[in-house]
Amino acid sequence: MSLATQLPRTGEGNIEINQLSYRDYLSMDEIDAIEHEVSIMGKRHAAGIEALKLVQKNRGWISDDSLYAIAELLQMTVSQLEGIATFYNLIYRQPVGRYVIHVCDSISCYLTGYQAVSEAIKAQLGIGYGQTTEDGMFTLLTNACLGSCDKAPAMMIGEDHFEHLTPQSARDILQQLQQERGKKPETTQK
Amino acid sequence: MTTETPLTKHINLAQPLAMADYVDVGGYQSVKKAVLQMSASEVMAVVKDSGLKGRGGAGFPTAMKWSFVPDFEPQDPRYSEDKYLICNADEMEPGTFKDRWLLEGVPHQLIESMIIASYAIGANKAFIFLRGEYHLAARRLQTAIDEAYAHGYLGSNIQQSDYQLDLYLHTSAGRYICGEETALINALEGQRANPRAKPPFPQVSGLFGKPTIVNNVETLSNLPHIINQGPSWFKALSNNQDAGTKIYGASGRVQRPGLWELPMGITVRELLFKHAGGMQPGLNLKGFLPGGASTDFLTADHLDLVMGYDEVSQAGSRLGTGGIIVLDDHNCPVGMVLNLLKFFAQESCGFCTPCRDGTAWVVETLTRIEQGQGTKQDLDSLHKLCDFMWLGKTHCALAPGAVEPLQSALKYFHDDFEQHIDKHCCPYHGHH
Ligand SMILES: Cc1cc2nc3c(=O)[nH]c(=O)nc-3n(C[C@H](O)[C@H](O)[C@H](O)COP(=O)(O)O)c2cc1C
Ligand code: FES
Repeated sequence: MSLATQLPRTGEGNIEINQLSYRDYLSMDEIDAIEHEVSIMGKRHAAGIEALKLVQKNRGWISDDSLYAIAELLQMTVSQLEGIATFYNLIYRQPVGRYVIHVCDSISCYLTGYQAVSEAIKAQLGIGYGQTTEDGMFTLLTNACLGSCDKAPAMMIGEDHFEHLTPQSARDILQQLQQERGKKPETTQK
Repeated sequence: MTTETPLTKHINLAQPLAMADYVDVGGYQSVKKAVLQMSASEVMAVVKDSGLKGRGGAGFPTAMKWSFVPDFEPQDPRYSEDKYLICNADEMEPGTFKDRWLLEGVPHQLIESMIIASYAIGANKAFIFLRGEYHLAARRLQTAIDEAYAHGYLGSNIQQSDYQLDLYLHTSAGRYICGEETALINALEGQRANPRAKPPFPQVSGLFGKPTIVNNVETLSNLPHIINQGPSWFKALSNNQDAGTKIYGASGRVQRPGLWELPMGITVRELLFKHAGGMQPGLNLKGFLPGGASTDFLTADHLDLVMGYDEVSQAGSRLGTGGIIVLDDHNCPVGMVLNLLKFFAQESCGFCTPCRDGTAWVVETLTRIEQGQGTKQDLDSLHKLCDFMWLGKTHCALAPGAVEPLQSALKYFHDDFEQHIDKHCCPYHGHH
């Protein structure tokens, strides 16, 4: 755990100044991958979104520490990078569960029964949108049109897409993931 | 009527053609032809003659867009060695899913197409800007790009010519506005993706201030076929004055939602009843958005409308992306418009006031009406908001796109709005 995470927070939206160098925080693999992205565009800050995605893939979400480290590596201000991070729906600035569920709430899914599927998912997990289950397994979010409009309703879990959903099929998919919990060792998302 | 389907002929969603198989069916022939036998201006001329128009929503003639890239001599101080081609694969407009088919089903065709376009405009660097949710497409495109490098179709001295092109895949992280071409360029530069003021247009000053062409996936995918088979062949594919084929789609409660590559200019009736199989049992057609969430509603009176750029415009809507979204008579039109406007409100970048505040006001007002708490004044304010958010009053086309389904719903489904207000409830509730 780095220094910044142990410092007291000053409140929502405020970020503590992190004295650590990015080298103490990012792994060599992360730094190499980000530098590769930098080399493509030839401008350091142009790799911002790629860097955020890379680090999020490894760590589950973008913590303040991650934000600081990436900003330092890319030689941009933290607020500049925060402006990018918060712009995108798929960059998580809060801890998320092992499985992030994105249920499509756009028009073709709406017309073909999204609401019933959505209710079934909420009931199965016992949480609402924007929440994470207590065991840290699932975070529930909506998503704009997933490009499965002819196979609606649809949802995305991690990188997997599920189509032609019914309340029952959605429950089955979640149940299967819930059962896997017992088998896999718990990993921390940090 | 022709039944040729050049864009989708080699699609295989289970396992797209790898390089060797794609070359076996004639893939990359157009690259050899273009870079070895044709000058850039000859390629441009063929595309101009073909009459190809942009499939990204606006229908702008592709060769004309390309021709705005300045062609200064190297000794001219305004000369730029760097030019860029960007493929817009951000497909995020609700009800639009055609590009995904091409991206997942035949990735090599897109790469082949991008080499042709880059060669024509003199670009040595090209990017695919792919929406973050299309994970399968990302994997397949990267595999295809790697193969294209390994086989001398990308990199330096493409097919022993002196043409060089590097192509990169950029995956986004979910934001509709990134599909707007100047916002897309800001996103690629690593900026917050607000759209830029135009002019200057990207063709003159785009990525890092250099001349840049942004074209849609489907637009680009036509190029190899135009180069191989010629402009007259391409023109003859269509049923109307718009050349080529079009990937049309249908979603909503029709019998067979899906995608079909059909001659440009088929009728709505053919699309909805022949291809999509008509409405599901017990449902009637109430209305439809002809080309994605940001197009005006049309109704059952428009079934014989030809799905071409001019024809749909004359009917008061837009061909847009060609993906029809069908409203049936058991779904509430107010609820549908509310769903659409929630999308636009959420995805507004927040840069200009009419869009940021206007879309939010509309959502609030529609929510009230849908819940049976609306008033007649609410209808007046919705009409006013349509005006405040219209073209020329906003920074980009997002808000006018949001207005289109709203203003047309107010026109065609006026009675439904009134009933919500008079009966203090949604008359469709429990009707599903
Ligand atoms: C809010 C907004 C979102 C857009 N999203 C897309 C998109 O996802 N894909 C696309 O090809 N064009 C999109 N466009 C249109 C592009 O700005 C641009 O016109 C298009 O990529 C040009 O390609 P074309 O000439 O090949 O049609 C969008 C426009 C706006 C205003
Ligand atoms: S509207 Fe849900 S996938 Fe397109």
